[in-house]
Amino acid sequence: MADHYDIAVVGAGPAGGNAALAAAQAGLRVALLDEQPTPGGQVWRDKSASILSAPVTPESRAGAALRKAIETSAVTPLSQIRVWDIRLRDDHWVLQAQRAATSQEITSKSLILATGAREYVQPFPGWTTPGVIGLAGATALFKQSLTLPGKRTVVSGTGPLVFYVASEIRRLGGEVAAVVTPNTRSQWARALPDMLGQPKLLARGALWVADLMLARVPILWGHAVAQVDGAEQVTALKVRNLRTGTDGPDIAADSLCIGHGLIPNIEAAQILGVAVRHDPSLGGWVPDAAPDGATAIKGLYLCGDGCGIRGATAAGLQGSLTGARAARDLGRDAPTSPLARWHKADRFGRAMTALSLPTPALEALTTRDTIICRCESLRCTDIIDEVATGAASTNAVKSGRRAGMGPCGGKYCQSAIATLIAAQTGKSLADVPPPTPRPPLRPVPLGQAAGAFEYDALPISKPAPL
Amino acid sequence: MTHTPTYDIAIIGGGIMGCATALRVAEGGMSAIVLDKDDLGQGASGVNAGTLSLQIKRVKLMPYALRGHHLWEQMGDAVGFAKTGGYTLAFNAREAEMLQERQTLKAQAGAPIEFVSNNALRAAEPHLTQKVEAASFCPEDGYANSSLTGQYYRGRLRDAGIAYREGCKVTDIGHSAGFLLTTTTGQIRASRVLLAAGAWLKPLAALLDVDLPVNARVNTVSVTERIPTLMGSVIGHATGLLTMKQKANGTVLIGGGWQGLGTPQDGRGTVNADAVKPNLALAQYAVPALAKARVTRSWTGFEANVPDFYPLAGALPGVPDAYVLGCVRGGYTIGPYIGQLMGDFILGRDPELPLFDPGRDFTKDTT
Ligand SMILES: Cc1cc2nc3c(=O)[nH]c(=O)nc-3n(C[C@H](O)[C@H](O)[C@H](O)COP(=O)(O)OP(=O)(O)OC[C@H]3O[C@@H](n4cnc5c(N)ncnc54)[C@H](O)[C@@H]3O)c2cc1C
Ligand SMILES: Cc1cc2nc3c(=O)[nH]c(=O)nc-3n(C[C@H](O)[C@H](O)[C@H](O)COP(=O)(O)OP(=O)(O)OC[C@H]3O[C@@H](n4cnc5c(N)ncnc54)[C@H](O)[C@@H]3O)c2cc1C
Repeated sequence: MADHYDIAVVGAGPAGGNAALAAAQAGLRVALLDEQPTPGGQVWRDKSASILSAPVTPESRAGAALRKAIETSAVTPLSQIRVWDIRLRDDHWVLQAQRAATSQEITSKSLILATGAREYVQPFPGWTTPGVIGLAGATALFKQSLTLPGKRTVVSGTGPLVFYVASEIRRLGGEVAAVVTPNTRSQWARALPDMLGQPKLLARGALWVADLMLARVPILWGHAVAQVDGAEQVTALKVRNLRTGTDGPDIAADSLCIGHGLIPNIEAAQILGVAVRHDPSLGGWVPDAAPDGATAIKGLYLCGDGCGIRGATAAGLQGSLTGARAARDLGRDAPTSPLARWHKADRFGRAMTALSLPTPALEALTTRDTIICRCESLRCTDIIDEVATGAASTNAVKSGRRAGMGPCGGKYCQSAIATLIAAQTGKSLADVPPPTPRPPLRPVPLGQAAGAFEYDALPISKPAPL
Repeated sequence: MTHTPTYDIAIIGGGIMGCATALRVAEGGMSAIVLDKDDLGQGASGVNAGTLSLQIKRVKLMPYALRGHHLWEQMGDAVGFAKTGGYTLAFNAREAEMLQERQTLKAQAGAPIEFVSNNALRAAEPHLTQKVEAASFCPEDGYANSSLTGQYYRGRLRDAGIAYREGCKVTDIGHSAGFLLTTTTGQIRASRVLLAAGAWLKPLAALLDVDLPVNARVNTVSVTERIPTLMGSVIGHATGLLTMKQKANGTVLIGGGWQGLGTPQDGRGTVNADAVKPNLALAQYAVPALAKARVTRSWTGFEANVPDFYPLAGALPGVPDAYVLGCVRGGYTIGPYIGQLMGDFILGRDPELPLFDPGRDFTKDTT
């Protein structure tokens, strides 16, 4: 069969890219699938053709190196291909994929999922106003097209990304009105010991902050954006001191970049039967996988942020370990690398993830009128009312209110909904699992899912008993 | 807690069968508790296609389905009820012949089914394919929103003062002077039990040493994003392998009993793309413009049956004061009504229509 491989890798970020390289080095036929135009994933996203002359950054350099390595390897990169379903048929994996207007099946002996993460924003009044974009989403804009979010931007959120985004906006010539972060300086100080293992990353972070301070950009520690004003477009923001609960003066801005950490994309692993557990230091619900990617299911491996938010360095290292492990399991020679470097990166990653998690003070900014589920226009009160009538699980709230039944499939609202259920029922978040995951992994046009067919060849069975 | 709560009846399974029966026995004065291992209405009753169609009901179940339809109409908006009428289509001569034969028998059984001309069909449903060979119509057909089953019955049970427990799996049933149920949330005593555990009936009845020949099918349903109106009524296929309707919110729900994977014992079942594809192909064949609509989700649910495909509804053989209700084909449609019959039977009243003896010989057709 033309589309049969030894290993299919879904996701061509640092994790999937390196996994594919390691497996191909061991002599296997490897397909590397991603819906983006070129490998690189979220963090090493490629520039679009219009900005090829843009200056290099550490991300663009790392991305270029990965793309070069893939180009010169035996890996078959399949780009702009969207995987919408995966299952085990007999003894091989079958991937249903959509590419432009066509659909195809790809099969493989082993499967590596490196599906990365998505961004979380804790809902607050006005967060759906045009001009508000995600922090991580903003980095994608910079990398791909050097586009700025607006003329005068407030950058807000948890973890390190807020400083990266603010300094990138400045580097690209934009104005940062203020940096607003719920984290305090003492939280950062407490994370320092875990960060010392990655001095390069630490130094880069320090440079971002130094740049902002030199440019006299106000950095409001322990603060959060409590409200966005503006009907058609952001006009101003209200900023709240999370310790005292007092609001500062409004800040005029036409845009806001905001984010509160990342959530692993676990749906594909879940559908395939990998058990999940709640681990806040890894970003919430994560599937069980070993440092070398192995899972309880034969021939199925997981690596990168999709099995816990640890960042790009850990993702790349785990990718290499996983590709080698998968190759060994298929009877090939592949080196077993020591785990020490990965453990260091893991420690750093967990510390950053812990800093990025939304706190109760941040969750309290979600007012009763705040939109929670954008697809279905559901407000916080709708969810609270449903829980009050006895719906005590994400599945029950989804059934009763369509919360998460829209095109995003709950990818963006489920964490906020689980938090509301937990708060109201007194359960811990670990007792409020995500709703049953279902395909397609991405919405797919019906005609493409159906594929080409002849009516007379459809497997029409005999009708039900009369 | 030393005190074990005690009820006149414990109903195991909070699907449509268990909940509908609970409401009836409580009306008759019994104290009842409904127990479900998950949330109410997350089994077949909460994930089914919601089709209320007389055209796909079994001939002998038609009187039950007709009465079920009336109950759904009364439940109205709270369950997303819509009486749209429904068309069943045949695309070739063989299917047309089958449609003629089957719908004639169903019409004789009391369903107001008529055959319609191509022109009438096209006027009513302009987006249908031109390739229809024959079509039947039933004005009584429509749908309800099965997602609302849990929400709806939670409210009804609460209003009726009926206890219920979610996340409460029955793991053992002791039997001497009433029943002592061991569950994942403690023990419960009851003078009677009703087994209404859907596709999980076999292991449940085994706790009382009764072997029920229950099998489970893994039915699949898919839904699209919201799209402009492409159909106004329920659209079915002569074989039953397609049922489809567009909801008021613009989403199109596509079912037809295509088989997924898994068993009731290991989770909620998984979708099999190899079965979803022909199901979607059939939908697209019927309404070509659907090709561009994006499918947002496919899912599965377990539908229980016994070898003769008639309900289990009556006394559990060999165990006094134990009852069973389940395995009803078209059970979403018929559930609210057959639950009332079951409740009457438990209350010692004469049910309006006969029940289906769970102790029968399943190798023969029942009459
Ligand atoms: C929008 C965004 C921007 C980020 N920017 C930064 C940054 O600037 N700096 C930083 O340190 N960290 C950033 N992060 C964090 C970053 O995700 C990780 O540090 C790192 O990229 C993890 O690598 P990975 O290989 O595990 O996943 P990713 O790099 O996320 O790669 C996963 C890939 O899988 C593909 N994929 C997933 N599902 C499917 C499917 N069904 N079909 C086809 N393809 C699929 C995606 O298109 C993606 O390219 C960002 C995260 C996000 C979500
Ligand atoms: C996908 C699908 C589509 C369908 N489409 C239609 C349709 O369009 N029209 C129609 O009329 N019918 C349809 N049906 C059939 C209909 O849904 C069923 O006949 C009906 O819902 C069965 O109801 P029930 O209460 O017997 O079972 P369920 O709703 O499955 O309820 C059984 C309950 O018992 C609980 N339970 C099991 N074991 C235990 C235990 N040990 N302790 C505690 N609780 C337990 C389960 O959690 C479950 O909630 C469809 C079925 C499926 C699966």
